[in-house]
Amino acid sequence: MRLAAQVVDLTKFYDLGSVVVKALRGVSTDFPEGDFVAIMGSSGSGKSTLLNLLGALDRPTSGQYILGGRDVSTLDDDELSAMRNDMIGFIFQSFNLIAQYTVLENIEVPLLYRTGYPPIGRVEREWCVELANMVGLGDRMDHRPFQLSGGQQQRVSIARALVNDPQIILADEPTGNLDSATEAEIMDILHNLNAQGRTIIMVTHEPGIARQTKRQIMMKDGLIESESILEQYLPTR
Amino acid sequence: MTRIIRIVRLALKSLLLHKLRSGLTMLGIVFGVFSVIAMLAIGEGASAQAQRQVLELGATNVIVRSVKPPNEVAQSSANSRVLQYGLLRSDFKILTKTLPTITNAVPIREINREVRYLKDAMNARVVGCTADYLDMNHLHLTQGRFLTGSDQEKLLNVAVIANEVANNLFRYEDPVGKSVRIGSMYYTVVGVTKDRTASAAIGGSLSGQDYNKDVYVPIKTLQVREGDLDIKNQAGSMTAEHIELNQITLRVNDKDAVLSTAEAIRETLEQSHPRTKDYAVVVPLELLKQAEQIRMIFNVVLGSIAAISLVVGGIGIMNIMLATVTERTREIGVRRALGARQRDIIEQFLTETIVLAGSGGLIGVVFGLLTPVTFLGIQWFVQNFVMEGNTVGSDVGRMFFDLQPQIAFWSLPVAFGISVTIGIISGIYPAISAAKLDPIEALRHE
Repeated sequence: MRLAAQVVDLTKFYDLGSVVVKALRGVSTDFPEGDFVAIMGSSGSGKSTLLNLLGALDRPTSGQYILGGRDVSTLDDDELSAMRNDMIGFIFQSFNLIAQYTVLENIEVPLLYRTGYPPIGRVEREWCVELANMVGLGDRMDHRPFQLSGGQQQRVSIARALVNDPQIILADEPTGNLDSATEAEIMDILHNLNAQGRTIIMVTHEPGIARQTKRQIMMKDGLIESESILEQYLPTR
Repeated sequence: MTRIIRIVRLALKSLLLHKLRSGLTMLGIVFGVFSVIAMLAIGEGASAQAQRQVLELGATNVIVRSVKPPNEVAQSSANSRVLQYGLLRSDFKILTKTLPTITNAVPIREINREVRYLKDAMNARVVGCTADYLDMNHLHLTQGRFLTGSDQEKLLNVAVIANEVANNLFRYEDPVGKSVRIGSMYYTVVGVTKDRTASAAIGGSLSGQDYNKDVYVPIKTLQVREGDLDIKNQAGSMTAEHIELNQITLRVNDKDAVLSTAEAIRETLEQSHPRTKDYAVVVPLELLKQAEQIRMIFNVVLGSIAAISLVVGGIGIMNIMLATVTERTREIGVRRALGARQRDIIEQFLTETIVLAGSGGLIGVVFGLLTPVTFLGIQWFVQNFVMEGNTVGSDVGRMFFDLQPQIAFWSLPVAFGISVTIGIISGIYPAISAAKLDPIEALRHE
């Protein structure tokens, strides 16, 4: 089975002057392609730190993070940016759409920052429209974020996460700000994506949500406390 | 290229999200650019006005005028009851005989007399002069001829009248050939001069001249008929002045010789007027050089005032951009997470300030181009609501109303360039501080 991403003995220490906070103390795990993982844990367990490292927003203190065949821990700021743009799709708890852009323009944002700045042509436009249709916003492409409900905004951000065809999708409590009906809709979309072969790594502290994934990772004190895999997803050796 | 258009388009989108704020920020630059262009235009107009006035006097001319001595000196000779001062006919003779660089010279005697034709009368300035006066004062004839040398020699009673005089006295008749009474003598009108804009006062030595109420007669005739004594009745008291010549206008053959000739004239007159300095030497060329210097100072002062307002506009932009960066920290975090490099963030914010400053600059240039129209409005307003009737005609008033702002076209690109530069300078710090934000921190920002 091919790996989408892999972390090996990852540590992250924050030097706050008087104390050194050890947020991650050696985390190792593999993310095979087509995986759907929920990372759980109480606050302070290191799950956010892990997500930031997986998102290439930060570099680990030690250890390796292999994404798309490259070790992210050795990259400089520009290369990290390129990595985020090309390899990672972000879905945030608070949607984080850009207020002055329409739905379609929000979906286009990652295209603005592609390496070498290739022009955004007709093919790319059609791809964005297709994504908007896929998340069910085909009739609202000219709307601004403030004209949309929370669930609709989250759909836009899912479409945006997909626009550069990323290696992994990182979702940080994607349903945290939504009611249960919308939550189910969003989870449906994520399940569909996973069924199409997308690798999704999700941080959540709702057990109900976590149970819908293939694999759960419990974090505690900067270490992986336990891992559970649903029986039907156990790798066949 | 398409990328630049895209960036500018996105910058416009961000700016349009806060129309009022962007508009107010732009206003600083608009007025900065406008004031640079307007101030330079007014400065340029003022200097052009000064140069025009000086050139009207003639760049190769030297003007010597009689000046009433200061009061203390006048008092000491008051017991003689007749105040005697000014240039003498002998001065004229010496100057024209001894200075080889002088090509033309006109002696001038001015007195105020009532001029009458039948029942119409008006007060006019009677100017005794010679044939060269016409050319040296840039006057033109509409009818008849000017004074000639033979008029002088034969002591003829002939007069050339200015257009306004002709209009007042000869409303329905042809003035040429008619006889007018000047004081107590009759003169035959031989010509009429064209209207000429009055010359403004220059310094203290040369007061403004209104050529339109003049009557020109041969100076020799005037000397014989009226004498040198001028008696005025003013408010019950009588003053008598004995003046031979009010002015001598000299023309020098070469522009380069003007200053040395003026020096020679000063020295010559100093010898013939040893006791009191009852004359003044006015050299238009010197005034021209002074006007040039004043213009420089004018432009520098006005320009720096305007530049300061541009800088203030720039600080306004910087202020707003810093506030914007703080307010949009979250957006910056999102963009960074989605793959924007630091350079992209700098580019974005810099583009926004440049678009802001650039469009402000453009509007400022348009306003600046309207300066002459605006100034006309100001002149109209001042004339109707601020100044009293008589101040309008005063020297200061005339200077103000004659002023026509001239747009210095080099100031348009310069002002626009400065505004864009200020946009870049004031945008660069906020842009860099935005790019330097830690994406994780920025995303967490509320």
